[in-house]
Amino acid sequence: MSRPSASTSSSNRSSRSRYGKEVKELQDALNQNKIESKRDAIRKIIDAMTRGKDVSMLFPDVAKNMETSNLELKKLVYLYIINYAKIMPDLAVMAVNSFRKDARDKTNPFLRALAIRTMGCIRVKLITEYLLDPLKESIKDEDSYVRKTAAICISKLYDVSPELIEEQGLLKLLENLLNDGNAMVVANAVCALLIVQESKGTTMLQLNPYTIQKILTAMNECNEWGVIYCLDALAMYIPEDGKEAEAILERVSPRLNHNNPGVVLSACKIMMKFLDYLQNPETIRQNALKMTAPLISLLSLGKEPEIQYVALKNINLIIQKRPIIIEKDIKVFFCNFNDPIYIKLQKLEVLSKLANNDNIQQILHELKEYTQEVDVEFVRKSVRTIGRCAIKLEKAAEKCVTALWECLKTKVNYVVMESIIVIRDIFRKYPRKYEMILKDLCENLKSLEDPEAKASMIWIIGEYVDTIENADSLLANFSENFKDEPANVQHQILVAVMKLFLQRPNDGKELIHNLLKTATIECENPDLRDRAYIYWRMLSTDPELAKKIVFTERPTISDSSYTIENELLDKLIENIGNLSSVYTKKPESFVKKLRDVLNSKIADKIDDVYDQDQLMEGRPEDYSDQQGGQSTVYENNYDTSSQIQSQIQQSQIQQVSQKIDLLELDDNQPQQQQQQQQQQQQQQQPQIQTQIPTQSIQNIRIPFAEVLTAITPGSQTQIQGLSIEAAFQKNGDKIVLDLKFTNKTQDKTFSEFGIKFNKNPFKLQPDTIEISCQPVFPGQTQIAQLSINTNGPALEEPPQMPYKIQVALKTNLDVFYFFIPMSLSVLFSSTASITQQKFIELSQAQNLARKQEVLQITIDPQRMKEKFERNYFFLIGARKDERGVELLSYAATLVNGMPLLVNVIHTQTAINLQLQVPHPTLMPLLYQAIGFILTLN
Amino acid sequence: MISSIVFINHKGEILIYRVYKDDITRSETTQFCAKIVATKENKECPIINIDGTSFIHITIKDIVVLATTKVNVNVAMTLQFLYQLVKVCRAYFGGEFDENCIKKHFVLIYEILDEVMDYGVPQIADADLLKKYIQEGGLKPELMNDVEKLKQLTSQATGATSWRPPNLVYRKNEVYLDVIESVNVLMSVKGTILKADVAGSIQVKCLLSGMPECKFGMNDKLLMQREPRKPGQTTTDKGITIDDLKFHQCVKLPKFDKERAITFIPPDGQFELMTYRITENINLPFKIMPVYNELGKNKLEIRVKIKSIFEKNLFATNLAIKIPVPKNTANVNTNSAIGKAKHEPDQQGVIWRIKKYPGDFEALLRCEIDLGSTTNQQPWIKPPISMEFQVPMFTASGLRVRFLRIYEKAGYKPTKWIRYITKAGEYLHRL
Repeated sequence: MSRPSASTSSSNRSSRSRYGKEVKELQDALNQNKIESKRDAIRKIIDAMTRGKDVSMLFPDVAKNMETSNLELKKLVYLYIINYAKIMPDLAVMAVNSFRKDARDKTNPFLRALAIRTMGCIRVKLITEYLLDPLKESIKDEDSYVRKTAAICISKLYDVSPELIEEQGLLKLLENLLNDGNAMVVANAVCALLIVQESKGTTMLQLNPYTIQKILTAMNECNEWGVIYCLDALAMYIPEDGKEAEAILERVSPRLNHNNPGVVLSACKIMMKFLDYLQNPETIRQNALKMTAPLISLLSLGKEPEIQYVALKNINLIIQKRPIIIEKDIKVFFCNFNDPIYIKLQKLEVLSKLANNDNIQQILHELKEYTQEVDVEFVRKSVRTIGRCAIKLEKAAEKCVTALWECLKTKVNYVVMESIIVIRDIFRKYPRKYEMILKDLCENLKSLEDPEAKASMIWIIGEYVDTIENADSLLANFSENFKDEPANVQHQILVAVMKLFLQRPNDGKELIHNLLKTATIECENPDLRDRAYIYWRMLSTDPELAKKIVFTERPTISDSSYTIENELLDKLIENIGNLSSVYTKKPESFVKKLRDVLNSKIADKIDDVYDQDQLMEGRPEDYSDQQGGQSTVYENNYDTSSQIQSQIQQSQIQQVSQKIDLLELDDNQPQQQQQQQQQQQQQQQPQIQTQIPTQSIQNIRIPFAEVLTAITPGSQTQIQGLSIEAAFQKNGDKIVLDLKFTNKTQDKTFSEFGIKFNKNPFKLQPDTIEISCQPVFPGQTQIAQLSINTNGPALEEPPQMPYKIQVALKTNLDVFYFFIPMSLSVLFSSTASITQQKFIELSQAQNLARKQEVLQITIDPQRMKEKFERNYFFLIGARKDERGVELLSYAATLVNGMPLLVNVIHTQTAINLQLQVPHPTLMPLLYQAIGFILTLN
Repeated sequence: MISSIVFINHKGEILIYRVYKDDITRSETTQFCAKIVATKENKECPIINIDGTSFIHITIKDIVVLATTKVNVNVAMTLQFLYQLVKVCRAYFGGEFDENCIKKHFVLIYEILDEVMDYGVPQIADADLLKKYIQEGGLKPELMNDVEKLKQLTSQATGATSWRPPNLVYRKNEVYLDVIESVNVLMSVKGTILKADVAGSIQVKCLLSGMPECKFGMNDKLLMQREPRKPGQTTTDKGITIDDLKFHQCVKLPKFDKERAITFIPPDGQFELMTYRITENINLPFKIMPVYNELGKNKLEIRVKIKSIFEKNLFATNLAIKIPVPKNTANVNTNSAIGKAKHEPDQQGVIWRIKKYPGDFEALLRCEIDLGSTTNQQPWIKPPISMEFQVPMFTASGLRVRFLRIYEKAGYKPTKWIRYITKAGEYLHRL
């Protein structure tokens, strides 16, 4: 809404005065007693506001009418206030009382909700404070409609005054709403927590089996939008193991039959992600196939084209990850005559991915049909798709070439040009195979307006100078306008003429001479000039060498339809249904943090003056066709290369942990908080500081895992609020257990801790039952460390995956039972007991289980050796095989004497492991332990 | 989440402008209006990113409905929401949605926008429900003070069965079921079927008292296999294969997943119970057989024979067969035994209309086309022949409703009405 500026007002006095008169009339109307006249006036004001006129000067007169009992009028007033409160904070304060009063209205829940909803939209810090009380009350309102509004309101106010909201414990209240009995309240709470999470940058929605159950239950009862937030929240969860993943999938897959495409795609997102956690190939297959029909339904005729577009973009990703999902149904991707162009282009993209030797005939038939249509862009892409099929499917290449040949014969300008470009690629992929079409190619030299087509044609002539009889005269023609051609055409002319001369010196002599002269003397393009100089010198010193260089073997090109690299693809799969999947970009590459945007806005003074200098960057196509624009993907990667590095590492750690165990490695946030608290305590209580032994730098440090959540009740008095994080560590040759207690209650103190382990396979037990630890007061965190020995009672069962020890923890208030996960690396014995001799003996023994594994990790070989050595994984021997690949043999002994043998081959991008262990259940544990050793510090 | 919702006319003027989050300025939107809508570029892609702002839009005739966002929003949800919003508006405006309506009812639209979305998060977008508490000109004051009524409304709005108000009473309990199928076909020049599918929907009009639990059954192969055969009963109907089903939110999905039983508590009045898609064993009601001849430089002949392939006692109605002709067509002579055929230059085709067409019947149309001379040397790109029709009491998929059981405390016996109709979707034959 642009305000009239001073300069225009003087030159435009008459209209200004008329405007002033209008304002006066509106003011009068607003101050009358009749509801009708007020309503008419404010309607006019809102109308003006919509059209972008500035009516802010009426603020006092409008705000006066807030206290009306007429709900319709009130809503209009609120709408106005939301719009202008930001630029008139002083006046907005006037509204506070009305909000406070309405929010406490006894009879009408709609009125209460309206007040809560609207006051959250007034984003003025000054006001927030006054709104907290009514907001807190509304969270406990008896009416679910008010509570669902309150949930969202917390996230609104968090964006205005985060500190205040945290101070007042409103986030805690929001979290509690997850336990609400009404499904829609739960769904909105989930959504609000995710909004706060996004702007805060730390985990707000704690996803654990407990909350997951809550969300799954809510999902059954809320409306379609609620189902989507629930699904999107579930999609962020990392399941503990295949079983849990399968159980969740069972609850999610019925949603595929929902008629809201948002629900369908969000369900697919979870399915695609969780399938990675399943082991049984048949279960995976069955679950994957459940998606087929629902996805295809999104494309059925009559579906909204925009939704089809999003569906196509996502199908394109899904089939790259799991091609099985759409194998047979290619017909749905055939273009309909009336499809909008953006759908047709996407369908071609998918078709080129689905093409295989069985269906190529059918696809080609369609593509040929498309080349006769009217839309130039569509036709060109159809031709290009034929080319891609040729390059992808060697067996079908001939059919594709025949189809392109027919395209050439149409003589339609853009069809011919595109065909030439495509044929160039085919010639590169299959050299000297399809010379029969050269003749028809050479008949189309006149109409090549497109530089790329021209350059391609010249390249082809150069490549086949020996076959094309009149190559010399053709090239002579092209060279005539040499100086006026664009750079890529010039280059190709130069190269082609060079080839001509080298193959047929007599025919090319004059031409190359003139050309080199022009290029070196008259051309300004340094690349071209340099190339010409190099050619010249090569020819004058060693023509044979020149021949070798110019006709050197080129790397073959391959089908580029699978260009999305795995790491990006996985990220995009996590974003199915989201913008990220449509742009084919990671979210961080196009999303700015809300807070940053707001800050920069404040700097811009929030004014709504049109800023004509803000030109648009990039046309829509830049985003719509990512496959074509690989370069953008590259650029992104390039820009954020450091980010990617860290992401890769993270994802690798995750991979390790996801496959084997869940140690919540990615969840740094609570740890950070605790570190802060820890620091505070360290200042307060230096004696504890001394209790924490300085961890020997040698061993890796296993990250803490949350083993007891604050909402898990104790076994006797059902007390909640104690949260425990724990990790077994190797400290020198000792095993220790680090514990971190956090008291999340408001009023209770935990003390007198004692601990006992259940029987376990490695006979672990704490040295003493008592834990020497200070009492933990509300809000505090305490740290303790226990020494562990291996003289406990034995459980005569092999360790399970993930390996956890059941623990009972006694406190002054209650007894808690939980599991602490453990990495096998902690159990490696510190003395090297396996000799080379023993190693060979053992590895030839029959009773060892063997398995090949690959660890996708990039690590310096030297560093790898160091890390193994430091964690009591001893190098036994090394040898090189006939190809020079180094094979390292490592061994470790567990505290109970069991040997673990590993052969390691280090490569650039991965580590190949050959594991040999006495019992198969140790296999995944060992794999996990190696992952930890190499990725953790 | 969504930052703002904007309605824009085809000239790029803003008709409705509602901001939900502060991260967007009006100037960003006006840029979009000026550069994308006014230049018709919006037809090129529904999702555009300009300077970090994503513009997600749909186009309904001349109106662009736009959602803006700066975050990685769930775009499938957003698009569906926009369509739902239009549906809500139409429900309020008696089916209309154009610039006039929007201008006339803009206050109401703002009120709706306040309710359907909160801080960019879709909330309640069900027209029947919204109508209960948002009305043009405000609600009756009696309602505003009736605590019980209000409570009922809010619990309906947030309840597990938000689509149905409690305590409905009808003197006569009735249910109307309409099975409506659209057949989509694309046939090649030679008449082979390139693709064919049926998009069906089951529309229900429900006039039932209380909270009825309904169970719906059809001749779905998978469902029928699960049912125990009654002794002595022999049935020839083996059932049909349904590729995919999509249900109204009232249908209990987990139950369908486990038992393939369609159970639901219906909304009051008209709603779409389910949509389905079938690609196997489709009974195409019509066959089109065109012959195309160039009779010289300026003369074409197109002969089209159609044949109905359904039982003799059924009738198709409102046939319209569109035969494309080149742009430079000067005159067309048509000749057919039934119906009327006429050259309609604005449609670039000959439209052959037949009011009523019996089953198992053949008809022929012959068109002689005289072409005017033209400078354009490009060959004519022939669009496909298309066809419209309706066949009552016929389903192209063979789908049959087997039962609709209704259980209600009161134990009333409702009257049930069932209709079938098959329509042409995109019924195309390449020429």
